[in-house]
Amino acid sequence: MNRSAMQWLFEPPSIRDMAPGTKLIVYAILTFWTAFVLFPIYWVLITSFKSAIDVNSGPVYLPFVDFQPSLHAWKELFVFDFWDTLRAYMNSLIIALSATAASVIIGSMASYALARFEYQPRFGVVFMFVLVMIGAFVAVGRYGVDWRLSCAVGVAIFYFLARALGRHFRARLSNGDILFWMISQRILAPIVVVVPIYMMFQQVSLLDTHIAIILTYTVINLPIVIWLMYDFFTSIPIDLEECAQLDGATRFGVFWDIVLPLSRSGLAATTLLVMILSWNEYLLALFLSTSRAQTMPILVAAMNAGERGILWWSMSVVIIVMIIPVVILAVILQRYISKGLLLGAVKG
Amino acid sequence: MRPGTPRAAPAIGGRERLSDWIDRHSAQVFIWPAVIMILVFSIFPLVASLIMALSRIRFRGGTYNVRFVWFQNFEKQLFGSEQFHFLGTFSGLGLLGWAVGLAVTLLIAWLAISYLRGPVTAVGLVGRLFTWGLSLGLGWLFAATLFSGHSFGTLGTTLFYVFVGCGLQFVIGLALAFLCSLPIRGRTFFRVVFFIPLMITPIGVGYAFRMMADTTKGPFSPVWQWAGLGDFAWAADAWAARFFIVIGDSWQWIPFIFVVMLAALESVPRDYVEAAQVDGATSWEIFKDITWPQVVPVAATVLLIRVIEAFKIVDLPNIMTAGGPGIATESMTLHALFAWRSLDLGQSAAVAYLLLFVTVVTCVSFFNLVVLRRVRA
Repeated sequence: MNRSAMQWLFEPPSIRDMAPGTKLIVYAILTFWTAFVLFPIYWVLITSFKSAIDVNSGPVYLPFVDFQPSLHAWKELFVFDFWDTLRAYMNSLIIALSATAASVIIGSMASYALARFEYQPRFGVVFMFVLVMIGAFVAVGRYGVDWRLSCAVGVAIFYFLARALGRHFRARLSNGDILFWMISQRILAPIVVVVPIYMMFQQVSLLDTHIAIILTYTVINLPIVIWLMYDFFTSIPIDLEECAQLDGATRFGVFWDIVLPLSRSGLAATTLLVMILSWNEYLLALFLSTSRAQTMPILVAAMNAGERGILWWSMSVVIIVMIIPVVILAVILQRYISKGLLLGAVKG
Repeated sequence: MRPGTPRAAPAIGGRERLSDWIDRHSAQVFIWPAVIMILVFSIFPLVASLIMALSRIRFRGGTYNVRFVWFQNFEKQLFGSEQFHFLGTFSGLGLLGWAVGLAVTLLIAWLAISYLRGPVTAVGLVGRLFTWGLSLGLGWLFAATLFSGHSFGTLGTTLFYVFVGCGLQFVIGLALAFLCSLPIRGRTFFRVVFFIPLMITPIGVGYAFRMMADTTKGPFSPVWQWAGLGDFAWAADAWAARFFIVIGDSWQWIPFIFVVMLAALESVPRDYVEAAQVDGATSWEIFKDITWPQVVPVAATVLLIRVIEAFKIVDLPNIMTAGGPGIATESMTLHALFAWRSLDLGQSAAVAYLLLFVTVVTCVSFFNLVVLRRVRA
């Protein structure tokens, strides 16, 4: 290849344009990745229309050409097992939507509070709280004291200790410490806390109910909401809020009418992420639900634990059906998302 | 409250209305729901779990008894009969093992000396001691297992998923985001398509990739047959199975890094880039000197989020290989889950706590030493 051809291929004609050669390479990479992304999805899609023989007798690729698509897996799931499927689906929807709403609201309230108010809890008081809590635990675990009694006594002791001794501690924590503490809760692997949470819900007989899973999901997603929303809230000019307050708006009114609308791109992205995480969560649901509150991921896993081996076709149906709510939410929120995902770079 | 923020005055005479009370205490009302929920669902279980990790719990006919055994559970995992499972098998260091171990030691010694020469604070020193200690331990662990030809346990496997997986995902996600930020046609199409895998449930990804990798019934089986690997089973070879899980995990999580980095790249002001282009800078120079410094904070945050989530990996290994062959693909969460299934609650909690320790030290070190120091300084 001579020099002028190379030049034509790889030297941009103008600064807003790319050279044809570069363009070709870029498109090749992007097309390859598109194939890599779409092929497994395509395969799942056609598997959902395959019969057992088509799956087990080796690969067939094209519906109507290689094999005759059949609706048997769809029928099995939506006609014969209609109520089971519907129940798990509704469970998942209720749980994911409620948990997402709760954690986005509570989380953005907390991160707004950390961005706007100043907190100075005394270090000593926090330390006392931890000591009293460990004491209460040892009382329950070691000496078999009733947990309600232990909690009540613990709270009372802590209250009096804090009132009596709290003034003597000098060292204080700051907002940054509280923020770090809250965010660091995300590091906690669910496996560490799941057994105690299981026991906790067993004590109040809420095991296998929606409320138990919703509460748990809300808490595990709070740190992410606080983390992502904090930077959005600090980037909103405080003058605007002060003006509204001078006009007589309450703090909550300011938060609801001014702050939240101004940070809606962040809210949209956070909502989508939290929704995806709680819609797909597996480990906690595995512990906290047995039958009534069973969610979709558990249904998928349970479907294949039976004696018939892995039912590839039914599972493909479930995987496809499970994408739908997330896609709907993504479509609704899509125009905010690209701005909302700046993760702390809003301040510039 | 900041100075100058007006407070609603308490109503004079008569009882204060509830909404006024809420408004006056809004600083408390806003934060307490989150604090209480985190205390109840993270801190209580954390303490309870610690107590479980320090006890031996036996189930006998419907009831259970708890015996406090101090650190026996941890001892069993680190030095006792479960060592092979958690850390791996050791039997002498090979030549490469010694080389790697000494290299890690020297590197950490150099870091320590260069830190101690500068200003030293108590908190900074204690934090760094944890970081150095853990890195040294992990360095020698890999030196004695991987680099001496022995197999490592669930700790090594988890770290493999985290570091290899996240590294791969970050590089590919960033590269794709960069390509999609170029002025080409069809950007919106690629952006939508590349986002899709994130929306698929991890369990689904696990099963889909099991189908993909099947050498007899999967879509690529003609290729495998042609290459003479028709009898090769991914799930039966330790390294193949591990990579296979990393590929599934990456397929799912590259979109996350892609979307975030794309948003970051697009927020870089066009003027800077165009000014550099007019001055005749090459694309690589523009990326290195203009774009990259602008997106580093986002990159560090997204990588941190990804690393935190990667430590918790459980559904993919559980679905794709069930931890096999042997324990080759078992992550620490899966290890704890299996221990729980065999009703060994103490061991399960101990493994979970060890996971927590490794995760906390890694993530906090990363946050303090990379995100805060290098990026936001």
